[in-house]
Amino acid sequence: MFKIAVLGDYDSIYGFATLGLDTFPVQDQMEASRKLEALSDSDYGIIYITEAMAALLKTQIAQYAGRITPAIIQIPGISGNTGAAVEGVKKSVEQAVGSDILFSNH
Amino acid sequence: MATAQVTPTRMELTRLKKKLVTATRGHKLLKDKRDELMRQFLDLVRENMELRKKVEDGIRRANVNFVIAKAGMDEQTLNAALMAPKQEVELNVTEKNVMSVNIPSYTTKTRTADPNDIYSYGFAFTSGDLDEAVKSLSDILPDMLKLAEIEKGCQLMAAEIEKTRRRVNALEHVIIPEARRSIKYITMKLDENERSSQIRLMKVKDMMLEEAHHYKERA
Repeated sequence: MFKIAVLGDYDSIYGFATLGLDTFPVQDQMEASRKLEALSDSDYGIIYITEAMAALLKTQIAQYAGRITPAIIQIPGISGNTGAAVEGVKKSVEQAVGSDILFSNH
Repeated sequence: MATAQVTPTRMELTRLKKKLVTATRGHKLLKDKRDELMRQFLDLVRENMELRKKVEDGIRRANVNFVIAKAGMDEQTLNAALMAPKQEVELNVTEKNVMSVNIPSYTTKTRTADPNDIYSYGFAFTSGDLDEAVKSLSDILPDMLKLAEIEKGCQLMAAEIEKTRRRVNALEHVIIPEARRSIKYITMKLDENERSSQIRLMKVKDMMLEEAHHYKERA
């Protein structure tokens, strides 16, 4: 059985606790990095992470790309949508096809 | 030409011919795999994009609601209200095999069956805005889970497609032409050897005839 985690700054994620997801408010990059590592190695199947935090932990997130769990999914934080996650989807199209043929005109 | 040195022997020729057959077959199979993966990937990634936009929109709206809720009451009440969640989500991950790529498939179980039973607080001290905020976030949760499943699947498939594409290209443009070239080279060399030994035999025959009978065959 797996659990679901939400990682990010407190203001962005505290609401998710009501849904029964485990929230882990973190302040800075060091703390987030350590938390992400700990979460990835325990039984969390999905880790939602705010785009702002994900931007700081790019290389670490890339390490988990090949694994089935955890799925690290970016969500917009309270400060707004940076578009990083949409960019990530485009990236995977680019990786597979060679160039972004689907969303390049959006 | 950067062709590796091949020894022009019959054994090498048979080996190369076998290699060519395997490579051609592998190339065809991998190409089929790539095409099918690509087809499924494109469907999945379109869905991914749609879902992502929907989820991001939903979260933004929920965040706005939470900000309003927070403004309407003091921090302690809010924290206390959200401290002990009623709901709990259990996630079950199974693997689905799509063209030899394992992608995750999620099933979730919530602790309370009633989807409206999400308010972990009494309504006396909290504002109605909070109810709305929690509801809006709760509505987006199924989509968030679906998004996680699809986005992870897309990432895994993209990596596999890239790998397969490289293999197809390597076979098509390097391995197969190289094997063909080597085979051609060996056949030419063997033919050449055969011709040269034939000529030598003819020459020797001429010489022997001349020596025995002083007879010269007309050219």
